Amino acid sequence: MRAFTKETSGVVAIPGVNCDTDQIIPGRFLKADRAQGYGQFLFHDIRRRDADGELDPRFPLNKPGADQATILLVEDNFGCGSSREGAVYALVDHGIRALIGPSFGDIFYNNALKNGLVPVRLPVELCDALEDHLTRFPEAQVTVDLEAERIVLPGNFGTHPVQIDPFAREGILRGLDEIEMTLTYKEQIQAFESARIASHPWLGR
Amino acid sequence: MAPAAAPRTMLGKIWDEHEIMRHPAGPSLLYIDRDMIHEGSFHAFADLKRRGLKPRRPKQIFGVADHYVPTLGRSARDAASPAIAKMIDTFDENMEWGGVRHFGLTSREQGIVHVVAPEQGITLPGLTIVCSDSHTSTQGALGAIAFGIGQSENAHVLATQTLWQTRPKTMRVTVDGALGQGVTAKDVMLALIAKIGAAGAGGYAIEFAGPVVRNFSIEARLTLCNMSIEAAARFGMVAPDEITFDYVRGRHFAPSEQEWDGAVAHWRELVSDEGAVFDREVVLDGAAIAPMVTWGTSPEDAVAINGHVPDPSAFDSADKRKSAAKSLDYMELTPGTALDGLKLDKVFIGSCTNSRIEDLRAAASILKGRKVVIPAIVVPGSTQVKEQAEREGLAATFKEAGFEWRESGCSMCAAMNGDVVGPGERCASTSNRNFVGRQGPGARTHLVSPAMAAAAAISGCLTDVRRL
Ligand code: SF4
Repeated sequence: MRAFTKETSGVVAIPGVNCDTDQIIPGRFLKADRAQGYGQFLFHDIRRRDADGELDPRFPLNKPGADQATILLVEDNFGCGSSREGAVYALVDHGIRALIGPSFGDIFYNNALKNGLVPVRLPVELCDALEDHLTRFPEAQVTVDLEAERIVLPGNFGTHPVQIDPFAREGILRGLDEIEMTLTYKEQIQAFESARIASHPWLGR
Repeated sequence: MAPAAAPRTMLGKIWDEHEIMRHPAGPSLLYIDRDMIHEGSFHAFADLKRRGLKPRRPKQIFGVADHYVPTLGRSARDAASPAIAKMIDTFDENMEWGGVRHFGLTSREQGIVHVVAPEQGITLPGLTIVCSDSHTSTQGALGAIAFGIGQSENAHVLATQTLWQTRPKTMRVTVDGALGQGVTAKDVMLALIAKIGAAGAGGYAIEFAGPVVRNFSIEARLTLCNMSIEAAARFGMVAPDEITFDYVRGRHFAPSEQEWDGAVAHWRELVSDEGAVFDREVVLDGAAIAPMVTWGTSPEDAVAINGHVPDPSAFDSADKRKSAAKSLDYMELTPGTALDGLKLDKVFIGSCTNSRIEDLRAAASILKGRKVVIPAIVVPGSTQVKEQAEREGLAATFKEAGFEWRESGCSMCAAMNGDVVGPGERCASTSNRNFVGRQGPGARTHLVSPAMAAAAAISGCLTDVRRL
C-alpha cells in the first residue's frame, strides 16, 4: 500500500446520492487483471452518453483539467452496493487519493482504507456548501492532512477534523502491510484456533 | 457474589466468542470460522501467490462457481465469451492450487454461494462467516455473524484465518403483527429500506425480531438478511430457534448426530439476553405492509404496488430531489404514473434473494394454468433447488406457463455471465439491486417478490398479485 500523509489538490464533485459500486465500475469489467490498470473503467458508463459511446462533456470528470484532481467530493452513501474492490482499484489507478462525502458504504469504506485511499466524512450541509463553492471557484484547493488529522477547505469553510480509526490511520500513514503485521501474532492465532477446533470439531472436517 | 453480567446482544456474544485479542488502537482480531470463495475472488488468490503464501486453513474455506457460470449449459464452453470461460477455469485452478473444496460448474452442490452455504450446512449458528460478496449478510439468518469483505480482506483471511474488525452498532428491527395475503419477506425488506433509506443502517448490524420473523421459515429469513446490505447494514441476523435447528440438522458440514445436542445447547445460549440494549430500535407493523415494487434506481425507491411514481419535488433533501429526477429519467417514468399496470419487457426469477425452493413454489402457485405474455426466465438458486423443483413438478409448471427453466447461477442479477436485460428494456426482477445498468447497460429494473414476478409475467405488466 502506498503511504498517505498529506495531499493538496483541486476537487471534482461527482453527483448523485447512493452512487453504488456498479456505477464506479460496471460488473463486466471485473474480469480484468489488476496489471491492466483499472483507471480506464472508472465511472465507465455514467461518464459516457451511452454504454460504449463517447465521453459526455457534462460529466464532471470529463471537463478540461479534471483529470488532474486527486480528491473527489461525493454525495451520501457513496460506494454502497457490491463489495467489489475493483471500485477502489478504479479510483486509485485513476490517481484519486482522497474522497470527501457525508457517508460511505461500509465495505467500500474498508476497501478504500486497505488501499490507502482516504475517505473523509463531513456533514452533509458542509458538503453541499462546498459543492456550491466549487461551481463558482472550480480552481479551489483542499488539503487532506492525515498526519495532523484535519482537512483544510477553501474560502472561509475553515479547517475540520478528519476522523479515521487510529488502527487504519496508522497503517495508511506508514504504508504498512496488514497481513505481515497480523502474522506477528501467529502464536495467539494458533492457540485460539486449536481451542476453537477442539470445541467445534466439525469446523476442521 | 460476582455482579450479574450486563445483558448482551446476540452479535455481542458471538463477537466475544471470536475475539482473539484487541489492538490498542481499537479493532478486534476476530477468528473467522468459514470463508466462501467465488470466481470474483481471484484478486485475493493473486495476492497470496505474490506473497508466496497458501491458504492457512483450506478445510474452512469453500469455493462455489456462481457469478460467471452459464445457465444454458454446464460446461465452460457454454460461457457467453472466452473471457467469461476463463474466469470459471481460473476459479477451478485457484481452488486446486489452494487445496480448497469447491463446487464447480458440473458439481451437484453448485449454486449461488449464499444459497449453497446454508444448504450444505456450511452456514451454522454462532459462526463467523465471510465471503468477498456483499450479500454474505444473507447467512446471518441462521444466527451467525456473516459479512461481505473486499479482496484485500479476503487475502488476509486466507493467509491468517482472521480479520481486524471494529464492532458495529446494533439495530433491532421488530416486525409486529402478521403479514397480509401476498406479502412476503421481500416486501418487508423493501418496506424497511423505503422507511429508513438505503444508507439507513450504515455502521449497524441488524437483528430481525418480532412475531413475523419468528414465524418465518429459514428461506424467508435468508431473504430478510440478504437485503440488509441494501439498507447499508453489513450484517443481518435472526436468533436461532427450533426452526433453525430443524433446518440445520443432518446437513453435510453440520455437527454430527453425536455432537448434535451439545451444539444445540450452545446455540440456544447465543440469543440476545432479555434487556439487551440495541443502539437503535425500528418497529414495522406487518399488517400495514403491501406487496412492494421499486420505481427508481435505489432499493429505497420502493412503494406499495397500488402506489404511484412519486414527484421528485416532494422529497425533503435537495440531493434526493436531484437523484430522483435522474432516476425517473433513466427509468423513463413520469411522476403520478400508477405502478400497477406498468408495461414490462421481461421477468427474471432468481438471485440469492429469491431463488430458493419456497420462492419457486410461491411463483409456480400463481402460474398454474396460465401463460406468460413476455419473455420470462427462472434461474434456481442451486442445482439442488433445481432438482427438488423438478421432483415437485414446479419445473413443469414453469415450462408449461412459458418460462425458460435454466441451470443455477447468479445470472441476470448482476449480468456478469452474459444473461442481460437489453438496453431500455424494463424487467420485473426478484433480485436485490435496481442500480443503473446492474442487469445490463441501459436496463431498467423493478424489484419485486417471486409471486409478484409471476403475476407480472402472465399480465405483461406490474400487477398486484393479490388480485389473482
Ligand atoms: S445472486 Fe446476485 S446478489 Fe447474489 S451473489 Fe449472485 S450476483 Fe451477488
